[in-house]
Amino acid sequence: MNKQNLVVVGNGMVGHQFLQSLADSGQMEQFNVTVFCEEPRLAYDRVYLSSYFSGATADDLAMGHIEEYQSWGLNVLIGEAVISIDRDTQRVHTNKGTTLFYDKLVLATGSFPFVPPVPGHDREHCLVYRTIEDLEAIKASASGAKTGVVVGGGLLGLEAAKAIKDLGLETHVVEFAPRLMAVQLDEGGGDLLRRKIEDLGVQVHTGKNTQQIVDGDDAFHRMEFADGEVLETDLILFSAGIRPRDNLARECGLEVGERGGIVINNNCQTSDEKIYSIGECALWNGRIYGLVAPGYTMAKVVVEQLIGGEKQFLGADMSTKLKLMGIDVASIGDAHGHTKGALNYTYNDQVNGIYKKIVVSETGNELLGAILVGEANDYGTLLQYALNGIKLPANPETLIVPNFGGDDAETGLGVSALPDTAHICSCHDVTKGAIFCSIEAGAQTVCDVKADTKAASGCGGCNQLLTDLVNYELEQRGVEVCTDICEHFAYTREDLYNIIRIEEIKTFESLLSAHGQGHGCEICKPLVGSLLASCWNEYILDTPHVGLQDTNDTFMANMQKDGTYSVVPRVPGGEITPDQLIAIGQVGKKYNLYTKVTGGQRIDLFGARLEQLPTIWKELIDAGMETGHAYGKSLRTVKSCVGSTWCRYGVDDSAGLAIELENRYKGLRAPHKIKFGVSGCTRECAEAQSKDVGIIATEKGWNLYLCGNGGMKPRHGDLFVTDLDKETLIKYIDRFLMFYIKTGKRLQRTSVWMENLEGGLDYLRKVIIDDHLALNETLESQMAHVIDAYECEWKRTLNDEDALKRFRTFVNSEKTDNNIVFIQERGQIRPANEVEKSVAEPIKMMV
Amino acid sequence: MTTTNEWLDLCSINDLVANSGVCALLKEEQVALFYLPNEQKVFAVGQYDPFGNANVMSRGIIGSKQGQLFVASPLYKQHFLLEDGSCLEDAAISLPVWKTQIINERVMINTA
Repeated sequence: MNKQNLVVVGNGMVGHQFLQSLADSGQMEQFNVTVFCEEPRLAYDRVYLSSYFSGATADDLAMGHIEEYQSWGLNVLIGEAVISIDRDTQRVHTNKGTTLFYDKLVLATGSFPFVPPVPGHDREHCLVYRTIEDLEAIKASASGAKTGVVVGGGLLGLEAAKAIKDLGLETHVVEFAPRLMAVQLDEGGGDLLRRKIEDLGVQVHTGKNTQQIVDGDDAFHRMEFADGEVLETDLILFSAGIRPRDNLARECGLEVGERGGIVINNNCQTSDEKIYSIGECALWNGRIYGLVAPGYTMAKVVVEQLIGGEKQFLGADMSTKLKLMGIDVASIGDAHGHTKGALNYTYNDQVNGIYKKIVVSETGNELLGAILVGEANDYGTLLQYALNGIKLPANPETLIVPNFGGDDAETGLGVSALPDTAHICSCHDVTKGAIFCSIEAGAQTVCDVKADTKAASGCGGCNQLLTDLVNYELEQRGVEVCTDICEHFAYTREDLYNIIRIEEIKTFESLLSAHGQGHGCEICKPLVGSLLASCWNEYILDTPHVGLQDTNDTFMANMQKDGTYSVVPRVPGGEITPDQLIAIGQVGKKYNLYTKVTGGQRIDLFGARLEQLPTIWKELIDAGMETGHAYGKSLRTVKSCVGSTWCRYGVDDSAGLAIELENRYKGLRAPHKIKFGVSGCTRECAEAQSKDVGIIATEKGWNLYLCGNGGMKPRHGDLFVTDLDKETLIKYIDRFLMFYIKTGKRLQRTSVWMENLEGGLDYLRKVIIDDHLALNETLESQMAHVIDAYECEWKRTLNDEDALKRFRTFVNSEKTDNNIVFIQERGQIRPANEVEKSVAEPIKMMV
Repeated sequence: MTTTNEWLDLCSINDLVANSGVCALLKEEQVALFYLPNEQKVFAVGQYDPFGNANVMSRGIIGSKQGQLFVASPLYKQHFLLEDGSCLEDAAISLPVWKTQIINERVMINTA
């Protein structure tokens, strides 16, 4: 069979989705695909563009990857633009002189920012916000600027304002309409949004009609408004809407809309059936869709059409939920109540800054639209009511009025009420029916369903709904979803963590009497001991805590197979003085301990008897050492290379940073042990990428990798963010560790935690960098508390006679355990086996 | 009282650690002692871990399973009931147990 020549013009988010869907369909081999990408890089995420100024790089934003495209067999031409289409001969011509024949052509040329044609709009330092090149221009321009103005108070304009603010400029938003986000919000919602944004230090000017832009007196520009007022600024960013890029179509005679846009039918075909158009350049039913989800749907429709399917584009819901500068904003359906007879319910909480409105039908039975500002937890439920025409409860206002108690006051929409056709994930077009199919085919968990259907892996807005739905369905099928940690507590680890934090519980006893039953066990006791230590960092051998600890924590050493212990002093960053080495050597020799260098760049001393631990530690502490927490589910080591101080290739002081980090986080208890690595250059001698937290020096700062692991199932850390200064790096690590401590499961390393984290790396970035959960201040202060409360547990123990009593082998005798027997091997001791014990002469201990 | 069934003074109640264990010598035998102040009870079981072949039982965590008190081996986590020493994982194995009582803050153990 002859392959069809398929030419795709444009590689933005929608263009990329088209290729992805074609690859997913398994029909790629039917086509010779050529992709023209006019920008100097493949598709990237424009939705999160502003994160470029809060740490994300072009690589972080990238969606299309050349290796992947090549593996699909695509011919990709980067930096090459199609300049004309000859429909008679079915050929495209490019700016580099290429001419190419097509059987089918897909136009995914996107849009360009609309710049109002006011005099002076083309002055220097007047910019737009659309591409990474635009961002670089903004960055360059901002470097000499104090003030920035964004023209346009819509969704994109506010995103752009965040970008300007992140660059450190005094930020203004100028909007022509009388309120912000006039398309999505009403007056009440717009007012609240304005107040919240102004609280963040962004000045908002609404109802402003810019007349001209001229030279300023105190700043580069002066903007003059129709009402006579003026505003001086160094930088102007236009973000006043988009216009479809329809030139190619227009010039080759395809039908375009009166106000622009390539006209398409339900098959996404243009007026020439061989040519399709998708995304923001396409005009369907007189409408341009400026959101990514409808573009994705169009992309899938065209793939279906090309491989003989019947899927059609029948419009899209324009409901949105987003976080603007940390503020929740959502708008659903007919938010303004344009439908005849529509009625509103409004809830306006000025104290807490929450505004909610629902628009219901004349009969009060149907939800037509909604607006949420300040808190948008109800979005998923309201959207399902609106999309599926589900009958509203008798008092619809209960949907938005806070529920102040009352067990049966549950107003959330039961997932069982949704029809099978209900769209759960609009980004990836996944219906309730598709999710049930996935469970039917064997998916056992939310993660399975996500992997199978891609649901909730786009914007993540449907996460909660998906989880509820999957758990509901699993329960219906009799699959027990038990997350209790043990028979004594009907809670998850995170539940207990939150209870301990909120109720400020300080002991296991009080937690058990208030929230548990029985006596506890070897599962919940160390778990609660660890949680209490993570939260309050009290001395672990205090009377209420001592019975909770595993033997390693109890004796602050690691029990070996014969009941003896190993001892590991802390060696921060692996840096150790000759005197300290000698001191360790002397202790090893005096107590006849087996010594071995560990993987974490320190020295382990084996074969210490219980009663020897205090004297061993006294000698180590006198030599200036402190406990290494090798026994705890806590920070272990920060491995490092020597870095730029000595190494010819090093670009920064990795050893210095490693020591600082190890001293900062030592003693921090967590769901499991935590290891760090810091490398001074990309040669990566410290193997940082195999650590929970890995840091690698670059010419411009530090790259941060998270959630790597050695051990049984090795995992490379994910590159979280690049080129950080030290202060920001430490802030992110504080947040990361505390977020892991808060949400990790018992004995879950960060690698597994990350793999089960809904939304994965992107979600973690949102939490840690964008403060998506508004949690960072709390996490940082919690970390500060743990750091302040640090003390060397061994030092404390040596000064505590009661605690020391515990280190007696026998409470009523000075004798030693005669079952501990050593054999000499390679010049050191090792435990005797059972046969050897029966014949061997015990080695005399020196103490 | 006979010589094989006598009450011996083992140690002071202050030698014990509440809700946890310590070890005492009963003649040449190692005994793990667990003190539960809420129950005002001291349990005595063998210190030797028959799975790990080491004298470590007093360093295990105590807990309950469906109301029955146990100690979990610190080496390989098998559960032994404090009441009768039986192992929940292996019915063929058990720890020796002794009767105890507290008299005038002294821990008395029955040698039978």
